[in-house]
Amino acid sequence: MLLMNVMGLGLIGLIIWWFWLYKPATTVVDNTSFIVTVDNGVYEPAHIKLTAHQPVTLRFIRKDASPCAEMVLFPDLEISEALPLNKPAEIKLPPLKSGEYSFHCQMQMYRGVLIVE
Amino acid sequence: MERSISNKEKSVVQCELSQHQLLIEGAGCASCVGKIENALKQVPGVQQATMNFAQRMVEVSGSVTDTQLINAVEQAGYRAQVMNTATEQEVLEEKSKADVEHYKQLIRNMTVALGLGVPLMIYGLWTGDMSVSSTLEQIAWLIVGLLTLAVMVYSGKHFYLGAWKSLQHHSATMDTLIALGTGAAWLYSMVVVLLPSSVPEMASHVYFEATTMIIGLINLGLALELRARGKTSEAIKRLVGLQPKTARVIRNDKEIDIPIEYVQLNDIIRVRPGEKIPVDGVVKEGNTTVDESMLSGEPMPVEKGIGDEVVGGTLNKHGTVLFITTRVGKDTALAHIISMVKRAQNSKPPIGRLADVISAYFVPTVMIISVLSALVWLNFGPDPVLAFALVSAMTVLIIACPCALGLATPMSVMVGVGKAAEAGVLMRNGEALQTASKITTMMLDKTGTITQGAPKVTDIIALNDMSEETILQLAASLESGSEHPLAVAIMETATERNLSLKKIDAFKAITGHGVEASCNNNQLLLGNEKLMRAKNVNIDAVKDQVDTLASEAKTAIYFAVNENISAILAVADPIKEDAISAIQRLQKNNIRVVMVTGDNQATAAAVAEKVGISEFFAEVLPEEKAEKVAFLQQQGEIVGMTGDGINDAPALARAHVGFAIGTGTDVAIESADVTLMRGSLHGLADAIAISKATLKNIKQNLLGAFIYNIAGIPVAAGVLYPLWGMLLNPVIAGAAMAFSSVTVVTNANRLRLFKAQDN
Repeated sequence: MLLMNVMGLGLIGLIIWWFWLYKPATTVVDNTSFIVTVDNGVYEPAHIKLTAHQPVTLRFIRKDASPCAEMVLFPDLEISEALPLNKPAEIKLPPLKSGEYSFHCQMQMYRGVLIVE
Repeated sequence: MERSISNKEKSVVQCELSQHQLLIEGAGCASCVGKIENALKQVPGVQQATMNFAQRMVEVSGSVTDTQLINAVEQAGYRAQVMNTATEQEVLEEKSKADVEHYKQLIRNMTVALGLGVPLMIYGLWTGDMSVSSTLEQIAWLIVGLLTLAVMVYSGKHFYLGAWKSLQHHSATMDTLIALGTGAAWLYSMVVVLLPSSVPEMASHVYFEATTMIIGLINLGLALELRARGKTSEAIKRLVGLQPKTARVIRNDKEIDIPIEYVQLNDIIRVRPGEKIPVDGVVKEGNTTVDESMLSGEPMPVEKGIGDEVVGGTLNKHGTVLFITTRVGKDTALAHIISMVKRAQNSKPPIGRLADVISAYFVPTVMIISVLSALVWLNFGPDPVLAFALVSAMTVLIIACPCALGLATPMSVMVGVGKAAEAGVLMRNGEALQTASKITTMMLDKTGTITQGAPKVTDIIALNDMSEETILQLAASLESGSEHPLAVAIMETATERNLSLKKIDAFKAITGHGVEASCNNNQLLLGNEKLMRAKNVNIDAVKDQVDTLASEAKTAIYFAVNENISAILAVADPIKEDAISAIQRLQKNNIRVVMVTGDNQATAAAVAEKVGISEFFAEVLPEEKAEKVAFLQQQGEIVGMTGDGINDAPALARAHVGFAIGTGTDVAIESADVTLMRGSLHGLADAIAISKATLKNIKQNLLGAFIYNIAGIPVAAGVLYPLWGMLLNPVIAGAAMAFSSVTVVTNANRLRLFKAQDN
């Protein structure tokens, strides 16, 4: 029983670390355009590092038929776009100030972040 | 004369668009980059080809067609796909097709899963025995276990793949919960089947029916949700559907039908009766009437002649016109409206922010609760503790529904904003929608909002020996450079009477007062009482005449020559036909209506009385309107301000919600919180009624989703067991979860039936 309890508490610790504390790797974008694929419930890449004050075009290619994937929202930038299946949808981002700008599906299950530096 | 564009011509048009993007497949190493680039550069017409290896994307510029480029890549041993972004119409068409396919797949998934799950569940209920106690049972359950695995792969593959991918990305979704719940049930059951001795006899129970039933029910829930979600975007489909696919363009003296995306600025387009106007432009030849109701909600067709603007997406009724294009592609009014509605549909009102914050932490929190629940059962639960622990952990994972929370706000906003757009009301974002529902005071600008904004000169009262013609001629000369509605009225009357303009010098416009200039060494003043007092012109002698005009809702404009009052011009602006009924509608909904105007007290009082407004601010300079808004706000009112969007900009910005009355063709619509595309003030009452209905709907959804999760998760964890010995069946949890999001979307769809006019 003790082992079970230790394992259970360890599992809780693992969940906290894995989902909340771990800092995932970021993909650095130094081009003016970039592709983000939407597949199996995730944006790939999901953590994107951009240069501040430089416009960037993101091309979302949705391979995930789930209706959850059909819309991507950038709430801080007041941008939203319907993503057609297997066809790129272009989102032109204006030059951004330094900071973090999240993007997600309507239900916030698919999540990503733009880290502008 | 008329013909369709040929394929050859299409490719010529395409050639003019010099940027191409291709997605390359089969390029596995960095050395492929040079090979692909070289292959493309050898295509005649290509100026530049650059490949981004990490993205597997190549950008090509030059006069070539996509086909030529794809052929070149294929000859080099790779595959290529055009990266042309889809048009709005294509996106929607693709979406409809994809949704149909996806729906069929979900139904197939459900059928297969329930095909196994239902008999298993009936067996379990019938015999009450799902345990493994003999070798024969062991073999039988092993076969069932393998069949369940097959169902999990066929019907639940997307859950497990999604969960795995999310896990790799340190995120967790609904898929994670379903995969963990059903996966744990199957694994436990397989342990019971394969290693029965490792599990206490009382806990030797299999849960294959739970796994298959949950997968089946959630697939069914997703299918129903997909159907319901399709309906929430009907407004945008209708707007996108307004855009014709082709336009009849005159090029080189020939009429050709070309796809709308190839129409260029300054093209001449012919539109025949019954056809839609393809893009925005100005009529060059011909007369017609145009039905603009689809954009403005205005039912009466509008007359169009040479020089008049026409808007893409509207319907040409009777005549044939040639027009010159002024806005094409993403710049047309329709494209702006679509993009604004889309943006607003996906923006969140503040009320949804709490749900957003919760959604972001929801799934890992549920996972923690699930583990905690299992630990509590293991430590304090009755025998068989292992089975209880598993059932409670699994049920917690399955019943939790982040979708209901996540969908609660966006689904209602989508339907509400779409509904508003159909009524000719463009909401800027969810925040405007929410604030509009709380408005307690509506401030209305008089000119152009309550009145038609097209004043006419009704009286010219000469106070000395000057003739009416001379007075009008001088007044028109003074006002010739101004765009003020009163100036326009004077100019139009002078034009009607064929009066020529006189040369004037030292012109000076004094904002909110009038104008000053000289003519033949005479100093001329034209403006309101404030201007006369500021320039020391005595107007006491004409007070009675001015009062009489004011009582008839006519605005008096004083005309002074060399500091002596010489004439009074009276200008009246007719009140909009439905202003009175629209104001009554606002008042009926307990909204305090206040009028603001630059006109004098008496004119303002006369107009206010006519339309049934008891409070008004008169003689307010444009820059003072914002102060009046602030004054009302200081009284604790939530203030909406309605104006024409240009002169009233500071007041519109200062108000909690700024309503711009426009024609919908104005590109500046984006500056207002809410734009009323038709001139009628009923749009205001419609906007507020729709906002209120949408907010009510969001609250119902949020409340439902919160209560569902707050009550469901503890019940699933077994908090009722100590009291009543009640523990939730995981299959029931699966059904509840599947239908909770369907309920949210269905409730949002109820808004589609809402009739703003009745409120």
